[in-house]
Amino acid sequence: MKKTVTNTKGKIAGIISNLVIVEVDGPVSQNEICYISLTGINLMAEVIKVFEKKVFVQVFESTRGLKVGQEVEFTGAMLEVTLGPGILSRNYDGLQHDLDKMDGVFLKRGDYTQALNFEKLWDYKPIAKAGDTVYAGDWIGEVTENVMPHKIMVPFKLSDKYTVKSVVKAGKYDVNKMVAILTDKKNKDIEVSMIQTWPVKVPIKNYKNKPRPFKLLETGVRTIDTLNPIVEGGTGFIPGPFGSGKTVLQHAISKQAEADIVIVAACGERANEVVEIFTEFPEIDDPRTGRKLMERTTIIANTSNMPVAAREASVYTAMTIAEYYRSMGLKVLLLADSTSRWAQALREMSNRMEELPGQDAFPMDLPAIISNFYSRAGFTYLNNGETGSITFIGTVSPAGGNLKEPVTESTKKAARCFYALSQQRADSKRYPAIDPIDSYSKYLEYPELQDYLRENISKDWIDKVLTAKNYLLRGKEASEQINILGDDGVPIDYHLRFWRGEVIDFVILQQDAFDDIDKQTTLERQKFLLEKVLDICETEFQFESFDEVNPYFKRVINNLKQMNYSEFKSEKFNNYLTELTSIIDERK
Amino acid sequence: METKAFQKIYTKIIQITKATCSLRATGIGYEELAIINGRLAQVVKIIGDLVTLQVFGGTEGIPTNAEVVFMGKPPVLSVSDDLAGRFFNAFGNPIDGGPSVDGEEREIGGPSVNPVRRKQPSELIATGIAGIDLNNTIVTGQKIPFFADPDQPFNQVMAMVAMRAKADKIILGGMGLTNDDYLFYKSIFENAGALDRIISFVNTTEDPPVERLLVPDMALTAAEYFAVDKQQSVLVLLTDMTLYADALSIVSNRMDQIPSKDSMPGSLYSDLAKIYEKAVQFPDGGSITIIAVTTLSGGDITHAIPDNTGYITEGQLFLRKDSDIGKVVVDPFRSLSRLKQLVIGKKTRKDHPQVMNTAIRLFADAAQAKTKLENGFDLTDYDERTLKFGKEYSDKLLAIDVNVDIDNMLKTAWRLFAKHFTRAEVAIRSEFMEQYWKGE
Repeated sequence: MKKTVTNTKGKIAGIISNLVIVEVDGPVSQNEICYISLTGINLMAEVIKVFEKKVFVQVFESTRGLKVGQEVEFTGAMLEVTLGPGILSRNYDGLQHDLDKMDGVFLKRGDYTQALNFEKLWDYKPIAKAGDTVYAGDWIGEVTENVMPHKIMVPFKLSDKYTVKSVVKAGKYDVNKMVAILTDKKNKDIEVSMIQTWPVKVPIKNYKNKPRPFKLLETGVRTIDTLNPIVEGGTGFIPGPFGSGKTVLQHAISKQAEADIVIVAACGERANEVVEIFTEFPEIDDPRTGRKLMERTTIIANTSNMPVAAREASVYTAMTIAEYYRSMGLKVLLLADSTSRWAQALREMSNRMEELPGQDAFPMDLPAIISNFYSRAGFTYLNNGETGSITFIGTVSPAGGNLKEPVTESTKKAARCFYALSQQRADSKRYPAIDPIDSYSKYLEYPELQDYLRENISKDWIDKVLTAKNYLLRGKEASEQINILGDDGVPIDYHLRFWRGEVIDFVILQQDAFDDIDKQTTLERQKFLLEKVLDICETEFQFESFDEVNPYFKRVINNLKQMNYSEFKSEKFNNYLTELTSIIDERK
Repeated sequence: METKAFQKIYTKIIQITKATCSLRATGIGYEELAIINGRLAQVVKIIGDLVTLQVFGGTEGIPTNAEVVFMGKPPVLSVSDDLAGRFFNAFGNPIDGGPSVDGEEREIGGPSVNPVRRKQPSELIATGIAGIDLNNTIVTGQKIPFFADPDQPFNQVMAMVAMRAKADKIILGGMGLTNDDYLFYKSIFENAGALDRIISFVNTTEDPPVERLLVPDMALTAAEYFAVDKQQSVLVLLTDMTLYADALSIVSNRMDQIPSKDSMPGSLYSDLAKIYEKAVQFPDGGSITIIAVTTLSGGDITHAIPDNTGYITEGQLFLRKDSDIGKVVVDPFRSLSRLKQLVIGKKTRKDHPQVMNTAIRLFADAAQAKTKLENGFDLTDYDERTLKFGKEYSDKLLAIDVNVDIDNMLKTAWRLFAKHFTRAEVAIRSEFMEQYWKGE
């Protein structure tokens, strides 16, 4: 952002909750950051509307005690994050201040801690060499952050073509160390260190292209991977009423998904849930690295009682950090819980600015804001041919559990996977409560992904998945018929249809997130399971009367469930498999 | 809070609504307190020199030439050990005839706890009520409301929970309590001889509704004093949060804010979260646990108030009148304590989770059998047995008049299993069956 004059100053002219009106003496930009001084501390705020000399800013803190006439200093920059090695395993607030570095039990206004550690020395290895031609985002060096390779890049803000003039030798340096000198077209030298900054509301676009995503992202959650898969660089959302298991599901995905980096944005949710992440993640073994999961995780925590404006910023902060790691050629998984709280933060500000409201008093541009945000995810080819991706999954907390509300509807237009949590399933303890009929993955229709699945799982995989979905639908229809006409009022075939759906539901869809074996299912095992279950569904069973059907299928289900609880292909597993075969043979 | 000699007195009010007054004044801090003709008010909006005050006592009879004095500080509560055993109004002034409390003045509605400084809750709070302890165990640092229709005895249950919980301090925040309920709490506290560990901030239906907005912050400021400064475990009772939310909507309406769902202000979620998130387990032993009441209209939990509450709190407790036994029970299907996993089977006996789930499953079978019976279908032998079990389970465990410890609740559950069911029907993990099964 270019502004030629010295920094603009202003004075407070009005206060309505966290909206402050400032009268300024010079130019300001939309989304520029300013600091309001209040007896020894500075409160951070962001410009959200300008009207002549009056500038409306949203303050990221409580405005208690502010007075008209107090001084405001504008920074000339938008809200920015600091990017460099040392972001992983940090716990940040919504503005990337390190929560662990803050003093005291309570958050203090204006306590802005540094995002990175400036003293720590990193083992630096250069990648670029003198004479190379480079562009923004190109890799010039590398350090190892925890266990992950962390690329040092040409700063994203450098928008031209540059020549590497010199690079430092491999060695131990702190993040501020000048690691390379670049020369621009006018022969001007530019020094590059290991850190750079970037405005959170602007997408980082230093990649070659962004194709349609095509690679399956394994989550180990069967109802997702098998029925409605998400892809590397894909987007999805999980709406559900309270108590339907949104958070448990999101935590499961974050622990298990095949990603290099996990970024969790706890946006306006319960503090004790964040504490659960803080407590558990450092304990969870990471099978990919042999270390702890926390070492490749960053948490952005803005709990529901933290300032509302910072809640809005928190999702952008998380996305920008995700884009930074994507530029290094890594697979990033970004989870936001919950995007409804973010939308509510937008609503609160829109309301204070007395904008004309849209539906349910949300701002009119809500759908545009949401789809812009989701579009920042994606699979990318970098300039050097490597690939990187951001897979984004947001939860939505629909008011009253009603999916016909603005946030759900706007998100539905933007996200490609829809995992609807159903109250009914949650009430009957069928977890994860993802409704198999209402939910969808648009990716399953992508020829790119279909090819990938055929190649990596089996030729007829897509057909099998669609068949299973069809059985579920037929099962639901049969259950409605049975409820209306009574058990003995329908042909036996209806009972069979119903129970085929139940077998898929109990054995594939339902999964115990708290069981050590069942919680995560490999793709190989999912393939085995789906084929087994479809075999059963396609078997012609012989029954004399309907009351034989129920106990029989309960046995089948129980047997398959015991298999789910056993180590794949273990002795126990194989015993259950043999038993299952004999149960099936009884009725052939 | 008397006016002092050097303070400037304003006498020109230029706008009066039912809940707010506006006047021209300078040098005023946001959220500062003011006194208008003896009534307490708070700054809610400043535009240039135009200051808008929210008048807690309502604006009835306020003249345009009323005397307005600004206090130069936000609402505060004087905290010290002397708070114990006292009754206060929404402003923190005594209403029990006693002297005012000397102590350090603390601003109410203070900052939030840094989430990385919180500790994961892990201490069980025993209430003696099996519907809570057995099925929906409450933990220190948790926040959980009763969702109840106005005719249900939630105040009685809450008083009972408070008296039995082993908290160092119990703080009652009463909002829109009827005078009768206020006197009920007062007599329970006095009769229990537990007055020295109880503090009450009470706004009754006789007081102006907007005053209620101060009650939770007052109660929680006192709670933070005891939990942080004294490392005590504090139980905060808030009743009724629906009336608190109603007061919020009155003020936002008077300030011409655009209402969102169910004519509640758009900030309802944040407003409620600021209160409930004060529930916390501190690392050095102190804790604040919040048990609240949210009254429903006709059991509708999709209304904005219970809906937003449900997204904030860690579960909810439903009360229901069970006509089979003629008692009020804690509904095992709709109630939920999200934090129970942190203690059951860990701080309680290992069979607790399985016994809990099995009993609820069998009770669900009983409910199904009952529907069958009502619809005129034939009952099987199993149905008959579940019905008998259901009735006894409801009477011996779910009813709110039960008062036993958790080991005894488990014992009762095992006894009922053995009385009505076979081993296969109970189907609890074999190691527990060996140890506790008393049937044949």
